[in-house]
Amino acid sequence: MMLRHFDKDIEELNHLLLRMGAMVEDAMARSIRALLERDTTLANEVIARDDEIDRMEIVIDQKTIELIAKMQPTAGDLRFVATIMKITPELERIADLAQDVCERVIELNREPMLKPVSDLPRLAHDAQAMVRQALDSFVRGDAALARKVIAEDDNVDALTESSFRNLLTYMLEDARNISSAIRLTFIGKYFERMADGATNICEMVVYLVEGKMIKHTAHAAAGE
Amino acid sequence: MTATVPELTCHSEPAGAPEGQRTARNPRPSAADPASSRGFLSALHPSGVSPLRNDRVVEKTMTDSKISVRDFDFFYGPAKVLHGISLEIPAQKVTALIGPSGCGKSTFIRSINRMNDIIPEARASGTITIDGRDVYRSDTDVVELRRKVGMVFQKSNPFPKSIYDNVAYGLRIGGMRNKRQLDEIIERSLTRAALWHEVKDRLHASALALSGGQQQRLCIARALAVDPEIVLMDEPASALDPIATSKIEELIYELKDNYTIVIVTHNMQQAARVSDRTAFFMLGRLIEYADTNAIFMNPKEKMTEDYVTGRFG
Repeated sequence: MMLRHFDKDIEELNHLLLRMGAMVEDAMARSIRALLERDTTLANEVIARDDEIDRMEIVIDQKTIELIAKMQPTAGDLRFVATIMKITPELERIADLAQDVCERVIELNREPMLKPVSDLPRLAHDAQAMVRQALDSFVRGDAALARKVIAEDDNVDALTESSFRNLLTYMLEDARNISSAIRLTFIGKYFERMADGATNICEMVVYLVEGKMIKHTAHAAAGE
Repeated sequence: MTATVPELTCHSEPAGAPEGQRTARNPRPSAADPASSRGFLSALHPSGVSPLRNDRVVEKTMTDSKISVRDFDFFYGPAKVLHGISLEIPAQKVTALIGPSGCGKSTFIRSINRMNDIIPEARASGTITIDGRDVYRSDTDVVELRRKVGMVFQKSNPFPKSIYDNVAYGLRIGGMRNKRQLDEIIERSLTRAALWHEVKDRLHASALALSGGQQQRLCIARALAVDPEIVLMDEPASALDPIATSKIEELIYELKDNYTIVIVTHNMQQAARVSDRTAFFMLGRLIEYADTNAIFMNPKEKMTEDYVTGRFG
């Protein structure tokens, strides 16, 4: 097997993506802590660091386009480069959503605390686990894990729905809860979207490994 | 599986099924495949001519293939350079043959119109049929075969004559003397080869004064003049600059409406750009044969993946 200088470029791209993934996971974890601990300082930190993730996206985009122009990748290389191109914006969007969570947290912290919403922390942690596993499946080239993560998305959707219903009862109970409850409903939606991002990443991992496009197909998770 | 079951028939009957019934074929039939254990054809004489074969009876395969290759071996003296090649080359499509130097792809393409016949001690076994007719049959008229199966080479080889006479050459050999008819065919051939507009005002100038890319298109026009059904191209653009190359590639793309094209190329991106089907050869064997998209996006064989991604050491 000949080592090509292209392999070095691929390795570098891989490395950049993993660094971005780590930054996004970190932003997500901090946003959850800021939410649960009502920590405005931490929330502000997450917001401030988002620019770094945005810059990372641009670096990866440029590197990927450069590789296509110079190397004209084929087969596994092509699928790798295509996967990077599709995963990067998903990661960037997840980071943006973590930033949105933090903005709502800062607003919430200016209001009286609402009674605990039990489904929301679970939803946040499940979405976080999905993002982490999605990145793991990419690192390991593990299509089975990717499919497992995709299957978990329904669970996150159900949690989003139940946390919304929970918040709705608070709003009906006392109109003064509405402002906070709506912000928390938004937060629930943000985590649900992060889980969608994880799902999209996993669909690309299946493409990377098996060459199959499972996007928008029923039974995608079942591997049919 | 039904598509690979051989069936005996007269070769005057047209081979091939309608477009919609095309069936994917396994390029390397397994031992369990009834097609690979064909009774009478497996008893081939080393000369490549079966003493058992009835000349009016050949295999019919139910595909829209123009060229059908079965268990084809090729030898240069004692050296076996092609090992059991089986594949179906579809009509009016571009089929690219890729593989490292010495993998047998040029030997293979030259076997299709028996250009290898002139090499002493070269011999073949197995079958190559065009429209169901075996090209290696003892009574095949090789001149007629090569009229039907034109060829373009790596290095353009115009005759030291005028542009007009180059294209007219094959027609005159075929006995055509009618000036108006010649003019017509020459214009049509040069137009099809995307050269007419560049040379129409100097048809009687020497072909050798043309640029490399123009000379190659002239050779293509010369091949087209005798109205072939198949055009074989052995690295037709490898000696050309990028602009001339892209003209040849555009031309290949257009020609497939009327001709079946088989092209050998070292330039994998060229194979990816111009072909519908790609066959990957390695050490005289056909490793993988599939739609070009599949070969370049998701090849099945590890060797193909290593080759198209440039990992071969």
